[in-house]
Amino acid sequence: MRHLLSAADLTRDEALLILDTAGELGKVTDRAVKKLPTLRGRTVVNLFFEDSTRTRISFEAAAKRLSADLITFSAKGSSVSKGESLKDTALTLEAMGADAVVVRHEASGAPHRLAHSGWIDCAVINAGDGTHEHPTQALLDAFTLRHHLSGGEGALDGRRVVIVGDVLHSRVARSNVLLLHALGASVTLVAPPTLMPVGVQTWPCEVSYDLDDALPGASAVMMLRVQRERMNAAYFPSTHEYSRRYGLDTRRASLLADDGIVLHPGPMNRGMEITADVADGQRSVIVEQVTNGVNVRMAVLYLILGARAEADLTEASQ
Amino acid sequence: MSVLLKGALLYGEEAVDVVIAEGRIAGLEPPGGASDGDLVVDARSLVLLPGLVDLHTHLREPGREDAETIQTGSAAAALGGFTAVHAMANTQPVADTAGVVEQVWRRGVDAGLCDVFPVGAVTVGLRGEQLAELGAMAESAARVRVFSDDGVCVNDAVLMRRALEYVKAFDGVIAQHAQEPRLTEGAQMNEGALSGVLGLRGWPSVAEEAIIARDVLLADHVDSRVHICHLSTRGSVEIVRWAKERGINVTAEVTPHHLVLTEEIARTYDPRYKVNPPLRTAADVEAVRRGLADGTIDAVATDHAPHPHEDKDCEWAAGAFGMLGLETALSVVIETMVDTGRLDWRGVADRMSVRPARIGRLDGHGRPLEVGEPANLVLVDPSARWTVDPARLASRSRNTPFVAREMHGRVVATFLAGRPTVLEGRLT
Repeated sequence: MRHLLSAADLTRDEALLILDTAGELGKVTDRAVKKLPTLRGRTVVNLFFEDSTRTRISFEAAAKRLSADLITFSAKGSSVSKGESLKDTALTLEAMGADAVVVRHEASGAPHRLAHSGWIDCAVINAGDGTHEHPTQALLDAFTLRHHLSGGEGALDGRRVVIVGDVLHSRVARSNVLLLHALGASVTLVAPPTLMPVGVQTWPCEVSYDLDDALPGASAVMMLRVQRERMNAAYFPSTHEYSRRYGLDTRRASLLADDGIVLHPGPMNRGMEITADVADGQRSVIVEQVTNGVNVRMAVLYLILGARAEADLTEASQ
Repeated sequence: MSVLLKGALLYGEEAVDVVIAEGRIAGLEPPGGASDGDLVVDARSLVLLPGLVDLHTHLREPGREDAETIQTGSAAAALGGFTAVHAMANTQPVADTAGVVEQVWRRGVDAGLCDVFPVGAVTVGLRGEQLAELGAMAESAARVRVFSDDGVCVNDAVLMRRALEYVKAFDGVIAQHAQEPRLTEGAQMNEGALSGVLGLRGWPSVAEEAIIARDVLLADHVDSRVHICHLSTRGSVEIVRWAKERGINVTAEVTPHHLVLTEEIARTYDPRYKVNPPLRTAADVEAVRRGLADGTIDAVATDHAPHPHEDKDCEWAAGAFGMLGLETALSVVIETMVDTGRLDWRGVADRMSVRPARIGRLDGHGRPLEVGEPANLVLVDPSARWTVDPARLASRSRNTPFVAREMHGRVVATFLAGRPTVLEGRLT
């Protein structure tokens, strides 16, 4: 694996390798000293052109636990706001010796450009690009699903996952559809027709406009953040109507299979797409997703950068 | 000076010796029949066509001389086989007064490589609020007949109606950039399954088709003529075909890139392929080829849109819309229309010279290859193959979508009013 740009880049076996590796590395997280020497001397740059505290911190923690040198570059107050281009920023960071660039950008395809334009030579990891993809989020979601639904091993064959909300603008939904499909799960997307992308019927998933129809018996439901401003662009009439038709409350959560779980990539709009009762309830694994995010990102950095001996990993599992 | 073209294939048909004198075709003789000239060109196996006419270029002058000038744009035009180009009005300042269009026209005359006909803006500053002084531009030395806010759509239906009516006084035409603005806010590529996958905001076909449908009906209602710029969708071809069948005075153009490239290339996220209207689907490409073949689409126009390198060497969303076209247009037409048997050389002459000249009401261009006609001519080697090297283009910009692509056919010589602007594929 040279870069991680899209969940579509991952075969079933590659995805399983990342999840298995995350599981092994996660054991470090449970130790008193949460650190491995694996990436000592390697430099990871967090290149964040868009605010994203959670993803940035998650990658920071992952890089630090693997002993990588870490440079965090946030667009706010940086040279980007003075008009420096993506290309020049990337050239600067590579000149500082970056081995991997973790990039979050508001433009779809920006990580793809970094990886393929010939500007720089280092590994590129997509930490969310515009309305395109967010592959490490999908990996941490898959890791969480697997933990609860498959005993932390193997794939997700035969499981059904419902993803609800602003699919049109969601990079999380795109990456999850691709990855969960690769792992054998069946995915149902639920949204008002206005928030479904054109051509969604060609995606490897089911599509529904009716949440109550889609939920019964599902293994998991993933609620996507819906920005209240979408109402002003006529995507839906009001937040109340949205909540009534597509929000997850206790009644709807009870339609899931007995062991069904509730996920949310965060940040949540409590009261909008999810009620507080459900967000904090028994089925919710939302906080756990954050923990798993660090493990999965350690695995991605490890597999992309750490061609170093298996020994480190063996040590971790002892 | 006198020129003798020996053995040229007239419209790709019979071989003749062409005598050019005093800016006109002075003789068409059987091969070997003509005497010498000041310049003798061995034109055996080369196709002779009337000089090409482009209804749609952006020469960027005044205002963005870092991207192109009338001099460099004219050079690119001559190398592409053009003897006349129309220069769109979206310069800085906008070509919305007699003063600016006369400046553009004079700079074209000074460059002397092809005739440059400025297009006048329809509205002041392209703002879509108030008609520009169309009559003053028409009566200026530049003799403007084509008016367009190209780059933006004349979206206000009343303003469009008035513009269509007003230009009837001097036989003008409104060239519409058909793009419903609300449906295309922030649009990045063709809207369809691929835009959904790539996460790029879609530019739906309906945003083009809805404006074309409205405007052909308006043109019918006020009995004026409307020209559709860079038509790009199957639906647009159907609407224009329908309108022509009803006798509505509508003409349309297609760009070379819409004849050959599809949206699939957006998968690279390389803004070199970002253009407005966007590259469409294979079905749309097939429809515009068919429309060009059957005459529903009147003309190939390049929408030559130079941009500085930094505006394309970036992420997709930050990239500028537009591609170079002048030096590659004829090759694309040969590849997609001639080599596929959809158009013969008379057809190429019709779509790339005769009809665009007629739409622009140009007197000395798009004329038949007959004795006494102006010697605006191009000689083409139809079997040549060449590879596009952006560093070797005459344009000041490098944003060609055809880098490293093998092109079909090559312009060998171009004559403007009897004088060679290009010989042996190079500027004279």
